[in-house]
Amino acid sequence: MTLKMIRGYPEYMRESIEMVEKTRDERIKNKEKEIELKMSLEEREELLNKFHPDYAPGGKRELQVGVNRGEIVPNEVADILEAWPALNPDEVDLNDIDYDVDILIIGGGGAGTVAALWANYEGVPAENILIATKLRHGDANSMMAQGGIQAADRPWDSPIIHYLDVMGGGHFANKHELVKALTEDAPFIIRWHEELGVMYDKDEKGNFIERWGGGTSRKRLHSAKDYTGMEIMRVIRDEARNRGIPVLEFSPAVELITTEDGEIGGAILWNMETKEYYVVRAKATILATGGWGRLHIRGFPTTNHYGATADGLVMAYRAGARLRDLDSVQYHPTGAAYPEQIVGLLITEKVRGMGATPVNKYGQAFVFPLEPRDVEAAAFIRECYARNNCVKTPTGMRGIWLDSPMIEELQGEGAIRKNLDAMYRMYKRFGIDMTKDPILVFPTLHYQNGGVEINANAQVIKGDGSPYPRFFAGGEVEGGVHGKNRLMGNSLLDYNVFGRRAGISAAKVVRNSGKPGKLTLKHVKLFAEEIRRIGVPEWRRSPILLPDYRGKRALARKIDLPILE
Amino acid sequence: MGKKVELLDVDSEKIMEEIRKAASPPEEVEHWVTIYVMGKPYKVPAGLTIMKALEYAGYRYIRGAGCRAGFCGACATIYRKKGEYRFRTALACQTTVEDGMYLAQIPFVPANKATYDLDKVKPSPNILLEYYPEIARCVSCNTCTKACPQELDVMYYVQAAIRGDIKRVAELSFDCIQCGLCTLRCPAEIQHYHMAQFARRLYGKYMLPKSPWLTKRLKEIESGMYEKGYEILKKMLEKEPEKFKELYINRVREKEEKRIMNPLELEGED
Ligand SMILES: Cc1cc2nc3c(=O)[nH]c(=O)nc-3n(C[C@H](O)[C@H](O)[C@H](O)COP(=O)(O)OP(=O)(O)OC[C@H]3O[C@@H](n4cnc5c(N)ncnc54)[C@H](O)[C@@H]3O)c2cc1C
Ligand code: SF4
Ligand code: SF4
Ligand code: FES
Repeated sequence: MTLKMIRGYPEYMRESIEMVEKTRDERIKNKEKEIELKMSLEEREELLNKFHPDYAPGGKRELQVGVNRGEIVPNEVADILEAWPALNPDEVDLNDIDYDVDILIIGGGGAGTVAALWANYEGVPAENILIATKLRHGDANSMMAQGGIQAADRPWDSPIIHYLDVMGGGHFANKHELVKALTEDAPFIIRWHEELGVMYDKDEKGNFIERWGGGTSRKRLHSAKDYTGMEIMRVIRDEARNRGIPVLEFSPAVELITTEDGEIGGAILWNMETKEYYVVRAKATILATGGWGRLHIRGFPTTNHYGATADGLVMAYRAGARLRDLDSVQYHPTGAAYPEQIVGLLITEKVRGMGATPVNKYGQAFVFPLEPRDVEAAAFIRECYARNNCVKTPTGMRGIWLDSPMIEELQGEGAIRKNLDAMYRMYKRFGIDMTKDPILVFPTLHYQNGGVEINANAQVIKGDGSPYPRFFAGGEVEGGVHGKNRLMGNSLLDYNVFGRRAGISAAKVVRNSGKPGKLTLKHVKLFAEEIRRIGVPEWRRSPILLPDYRGKRALARKIDLPILE
Repeated sequence: MGKKVELLDVDSEKIMEEIRKAASPPEEVEHWVTIYVMGKPYKVPAGLTIMKALEYAGYRYIRGAGCRAGFCGACATIYRKKGEYRFRTALACQTTVEDGMYLAQIPFVPANKATYDLDKVKPSPNILLEYYPEIARCVSCNTCTKACPQELDVMYYVQAAIRGDIKRVAELSFDCIQCGLCTLRCPAEIQHYHMAQFARRLYGKYMLPKSPWLTKRLKEIESGMYEKGYEILKKMLEKEPEKFKELYINRVREKEEKRIMNPLELEGED
């Protein structure tokens, strides 16, 4: 059976597209009235409880070991937190130090690079900094952000309004001091970017062209076409290269090193190509390993990069750091649902921000397009799995339409090519023209709302509530900034604000303290005993470093011969 | 206020299981193609990307996969189709496998980046030539443009660079994902993407005007004028969380023309 394809879609999906086309003019005329679909807080809650993967029962369990014992996290996260350490501490010689540095930065994405730059600005020589990263420098979620970055810089906006939006978006579970830092530093970060030469979209006067993001009360999303994340990341990476900051690629950290006096003193890296380990001793250690998308929580596809496997959570947890808000998982309402090749990849919120309305199989609008994203996602799932007003793809995915051609009508012809070129290009590669046809979407696993708890100096918080003097975290790996739900545009901001604060704090440690105390991996052994106690199967090890997508058939026939290991 | 959510009688857990199933690779494969990975044939399902096809065949990436979404340039791939003379380039994560592809992925592209202090250089017409003199050797063969998986006008931006038109280089190269395919193919040994990065930073820093509104806001923040607002909100959050919530709920959404300076004055509007 071959499907008859018409301009990228199978014939049967075209029938639904025709219905979407029929209602389009009417919907454009009434665009302003969409706000009437907006839900009350009670309505939102009810919808979330029934249809959001994060609220629906069966996806989570209580942690049995460690600082957060008794707290609820997704099963997939519990599986790696409650796992045997991948590294056997007895195989490591801590006396043989390979890198003896001032600052070790774990993770060469956005937060790690920003931290390195600010430590350097603060006087730590480049050669005394080391960035250790899992893939290449910049292979990171930071490279993939499309929509933009928030900062309240317009006269009718203010850091305080921004603060309110963040708190409400996070269901008021955010840490005040972190949200204050986030919103108050934001304009400064944007100015820093201007000075580094980031090409933001601007008007003739130099003011930013700002757009809506879901859950915000002002247009304050700064973007650089729909390559915002890439543009910022490649500029800061270029600057790190100009300054000669050393980067070890394909050498992830696999365990933190603690000290006899209960501090963090560096990490063990593992060269994935030669399988050698390296001992790094550092006066200050910064965790910047990003998020968890590649854990595929609840089996959802993800928008995240290949290395987003929550290693940072695992390592920090074993060393005694406190985690928070990990019970809440962010799904992005609009992941690609078709074609199969790009399932799960992000369709930026900007598509809705610019006017595309989500509509069902019959071309009817069923939800206010700019609800907070968890509400939006739940509404899509209801439309697909309860009301059945969805389109089914040939591989069994279900989705609803995002009526992208509306953008061309509302914003003028060419608006998509001008502002959403990455999206346009992605669909075109698979034969679909999103300026003429709608695109099919379904929620996708997107963001780690919580993480390692920090304070406003980016210091990591221990189990007893006190901060580690030498251990910092910034970016998606940390928690508390976004409470239970991050709003779009606040995580690029997060990695800049807290990456910077981590870098500055670490530089202070370098100025004021000597080498860390005697290095040890005792905490790993202690943790392993806990793991034994709760009877975790031998094969469950972490950090996992990379997901495994090998085909079932190939894996079934895979054997390891003990010769060419 | 508002309409009730339809209380459909749904089994949420079952729905989640259905979603998991819908998102996993289909059990049965109907159409197959044969691809040659560095010369070795593998039968893989039709309709996968090159990246997913290699994984299906049993490869596990360490190098060669980054974003998996067309943003990072880690998966530069070269290939020929059986019986075709044409040399093709692609991104493994953004290209569908075709029967008879002979392919190899490029794990790394050696290319030198010039180093500079952006605060000290000036966007003069000769600056790009000064730091990347090899661009003058361009023979206008257009091979770079043909190699570019982003379909950028690479040769044009090199030509613009020679002319010293920094703005044009910045605009034409903006969507560059720095995959290095142009650089690998160029007979003149030009390092396009590093040069273009330099041009974009020059343009962003020196040729785009700084935002006046931002300048004003920075002064306000420095003056400490928001500290009091944060203090009030902090107290309210601790002592009167319900009032805080109300403040949030009643905050007013910006309309194009409406300008609100202070959210604490918002209550009751709209
Ligand atoms: C597709 C997509 C679109 C997005 N759009 C937006 C947006 O429009 N606006 C917004 O504000 N946010 C957006 N986000 C979120 C935002 O991009 C990220 O949250 C943010 O960039 C995270 O930055 P980070 O530095 O903490 O992590 P990352 O940038 O992911 O960097 C983490 C780095 O650490 C490395 N690493 C992981 N484990 C280890 C280890 N064990 N050892 C060493 N290194 C390791 C990783 O490989 C990676 O390089 C988006 C995210 C995605 C995926
Ligand atoms: S490939 Fe090299 S020589 Fe040919 S047009 Fe491009 S830059 Fe010029
Ligand atoms: S210009 Fe060169 S480096 Fe950039 S995307 Fe095109 S081929 Fe890749
Ligand atoms: S893996 Fe990033 S572009 Fe293909």
